[in-house]
Amino acid sequence: MSDLHTPELEQLRLSNVHAFYGESHILHGIDMKVHRGELVTLLGRNGSGRSTILKSIMGMVGRRTGSIMINGKETATLPAFRIPRLGAGYCPEERGIFASLDVEENLLLPPTVRSGGMNLDEIYEMFPNLYERRRSQGTRLSGGEQQMLAMARILRTGANLLLLDEITEGLAPVIVQKLAEVLVKLKEKNLTIILVEQNFCFAAPLADRHYLIEHGRIIEEISAAELPGQMELLHRQLGV
Amino acid sequence: MNLALFDIPAAVLLGQLMLGLINGAFYALLSLGLAIIFGLLKVINFAHGAQYMLGAFLALLLFRHFGIDYWTALLLVPILVGLFGCALERFLLRPVAGESHLYSLLLTFGLALIIQGTFTNLYGSSGNAYPIPAALRGALSLGFMHLPTYRAWVIVAALTVCLAAWLIIEKTRLGAYLRAGTENPQLMQAFGINIPFLVTVTYGFGVALAAFAGVLAAPLYSVSPGMGANLLIVVFAVVVIGGMGSIVGAVITGLAMGLIEGLTKVFYPQAATTVIFLVMVLVLLVKPNGLFGKEA
Repeated sequence: MSDLHTPELEQLRLSNVHAFYGESHILHGIDMKVHRGELVTLLGRNGSGRSTILKSIMGMVGRRTGSIMINGKETATLPAFRIPRLGAGYCPEERGIFASLDVEENLLLPPTVRSGGMNLDEIYEMFPNLYERRRSQGTRLSGGEQQMLAMARILRTGANLLLLDEITEGLAPVIVQKLAEVLVKLKEKNLTIILVEQNFCFAAPLADRHYLIEHGRIIEEISAAELPGQMELLHRQLGV
Repeated sequence: MNLALFDIPAAVLLGQLMLGLINGAFYALLSLGLAIIFGLLKVINFAHGAQYMLGAFLALLLFRHFGIDYWTALLLVPILVGLFGCALERFLLRPVAGESHLYSLLLTFGLALIIQGTFTNLYGSSGNAYPIPAALRGALSLGFMHLPTYRAWVIVAALTVCLAAWLIIEKTRLGAYLRAGTENPQLMQAFGINIPFLVTVTYGFGVALAAFAGVLAAPLYSVSPGMGANLLIVVFAVVVIGGMGSIVGAVITGLAMGLIEGLTKVFYPQAATTVIFLVMVLVLLVKPNGLFGKEA
């Protein structure tokens, strides 16, 4: 999505990031760069450290070292609650829908972090199911609806760097298709997206680049154009 | 009014129910504060009784030394004691926040002993009278009994504050933060909510509720360093019956337990002080998470 008239904006840069949970050393020197408007996937097996990369960016790991720049600002030393205000929106693997809040309260919960977010009407237009169920308790929704809610929630805040963890996990094909359409729309809005994804068939047509993660390290960076030539490696690494 | 129920005059019955309701109002206010604190902090605040006593004592001292009247104290004392609570959370509770619950429990228990001991040392253990404000002297005639105006005021004030707290928690943005923070504080940080600050404010608010109850209690019961410790045991039983962390449960159970205590005084006075604990045992046997608690 680079524009000829403006240099590519670097939205996120990780340099030599190590992350720890207690005594366990999970990430071993991650270096990655993501530009404004790019959709990048983190591929790898379960336990390879993909979700931990997202959590490190959000400051949700026990300890992290190295440098994590969001929109040119160093975040490694910031308290966790300041990081979203730089424009990062996080959608956790377990979706994180609050049972004590109804759908609309869930939707309105995260504070606005910057201007340009979608308003409630636009969100309900994108996810009509949520409008119909706006008074229901958040956790009464179906898995697919909860996933829509978890996504919609960060779109309202104006976050322009979306970290999406396994959003298609356990969902019916028709819902997965709907999520793919949503991601295409978000790309059109020039949002930057990092996708941790098990479903390679879902991620491949959407992504500009892929990082292949193993044992807490990036072992390969593959652009969309290089993908056909790298299928052998992916087969071996992911079993796809 | 000589309608007899089990040979007990209706006036006696209603009178005891009214007294029960007053006790219940205090149980409700105190267990509400405990429930709010437990919900977000997962701290069992053993200092709650001492903070209630602090509210009553501060009102007394402000009146004695500065001539500050009841109405000003009712507003000022919860703010001052609440700020003291914020400081306690920030400098004592936060450092042990990551440890086992036992640490914060012992810490608040120790604080309660220190606060209570300091006041006993300074003012002795006997009770001090706090005058009923002029506007609330006298009694209202309810037909079946004369209700002292101050007691009626206590019920109204306590219920109003409980209702206001419930509205704040259920209907406002701040309340939504509190409810969501109770469920998943880490994710709330990832949305940009300053959870450490919310925790400090929440603890301060719970403590302020205890202090408010203390000021309400000052003209009713004698103000003494031990006044909170005696009450707190019953309030803990109320919280357990209602379900740890349940806001509505705390208020309803508080009032209900006051009424049950009142009824027991009519039918079998010897059991009046134990009946709440009997209810607690029964509830724990049938619903271990409490009447309003969620399944674990």
